[in-house]
Amino acid sequence: MAEVIWGLATSHVPSIGAAMDHGKTEDPYWRPLFDGYAPARAWMARHTPDVAVVIYNDHANALDMSVTPTFALGTAPSYRVADEGWGSRPVPVVTGAPEFSDHLVGSLVDASFDMTVYQELDVDHGLTVPLSVYCPDPGESWPCAVVPLLVNVIQYPQPTAARCLALGRALGEAIRSFPEDLKVAVFGTGGMSHQLAGARAGLINQDFDRMYLDAIEHAPEKLAALTREEYIREAGSEGIELIMWLIMRGALGPRIRRVHETYHVPASNTAAGMVLFENLGR
Amino acid sequence: MSSSTPQVPGTYVFDAAESRRGRALNRLCGSLKDAENRERFKADEAAYCDVYGLDAQQRDAVLSRDWTRMMDLGGSIFYVFKLAMVDEKSMQYLGGVFTGMTTEEFAEALRAGGRSFG
Repeated sequence: MAEVIWGLATSHVPSIGAAMDHGKTEDPYWRPLFDGYAPARAWMARHTPDVAVVIYNDHANALDMSVTPTFALGTAPSYRVADEGWGSRPVPVVTGAPEFSDHLVGSLVDASFDMTVYQELDVDHGLTVPLSVYCPDPGESWPCAVVPLLVNVIQYPQPTAARCLALGRALGEAIRSFPEDLKVAVFGTGGMSHQLAGARAGLINQDFDRMYLDAIEHAPEKLAALTREEYIREAGSEGIELIMWLIMRGALGPRIRRVHETYHVPASNTAAGMVLFENLGR
Repeated sequence: MSSSTPQVPGTYVFDAAESRRGRALNRLCGSLKDAENRERFKADEAAYCDVYGLDAQQRDAVLSRDWTRMMDLGGSIFYVFKLAMVDEKSMQYLGGVFTGMTTEEFAEALRAGGRSFG
């Protein structure tokens, strides 16, 4: 049977990808962030999954606002890297896991999570930056196949944080019921606190972020109880992306071990956080 | 904005009603991720606005690069940013515009730990 071997929560700021693509990771501005990633990257390199489920949101690249699925899953054999307006990132095409995706969709819909299904999807920085945070030098191909799980976080009403945690638990069950011996990693992406527009542009709430980094391990129910208004007020209009971390957390079992954590301000307009958990099973 | 959408001071909470109001503007901005469309836009910005059906206020805001006005008229920052990229303006430039700071001042505020709101 398939098992979740680790979960990674990480910001997916586009400039983090751009810093890697343009060889700026040693610059004084970026170095503290990438130094912070190093121990987690070394650990993940020793624990390569067969498939990664990457929970993220699109940013006006593959999806437009004619349709806004609350939750969606990719079922394609491969996913092109989106051209967001300045050319595609120079990273490998993303290989899918269509049979595993089909199983996840079936299992989630049976569990009353009515997923939208994408047979075609270009993946933007929301997905590729976390893959680069995991694996900075993939060469010709990424180390694992990928299942994209999309969440609407850019148009209210976003799903509630409680619904995200519940989806994560159903996702964990769905993964564990797949009848092949797959090793699966789950990525929860986005955040941490940031707001791009309005009079509060540039908002960073370090106290909230530190609380979140701690509670995601010990008290995810506390984070699931926060309202969308509280996320927007405390973490900013784009900081509500943090609800996607709860899907990752829900997919892990109750017994987890914190492998590594790092937090850095700023990555352009955003507080960047990362926390890696080893799943110790049920 | 819908009556059920939270109101947070100093913050655009983009919802389905705003998306409907800003639809033409956001469609135009979104189209600019394609190089061909960028060339067409740069060749005649006003005509391009007409093709996308912008109303007079949205059209003026785009032509005068009134970024705050675009946001007030239903713009989504992820779409509006595509127009900023045509002008080779960064998200930190926009942050400065939204907060009355220079780009350098805004970037410095972030380097200093970000802007804090009790």
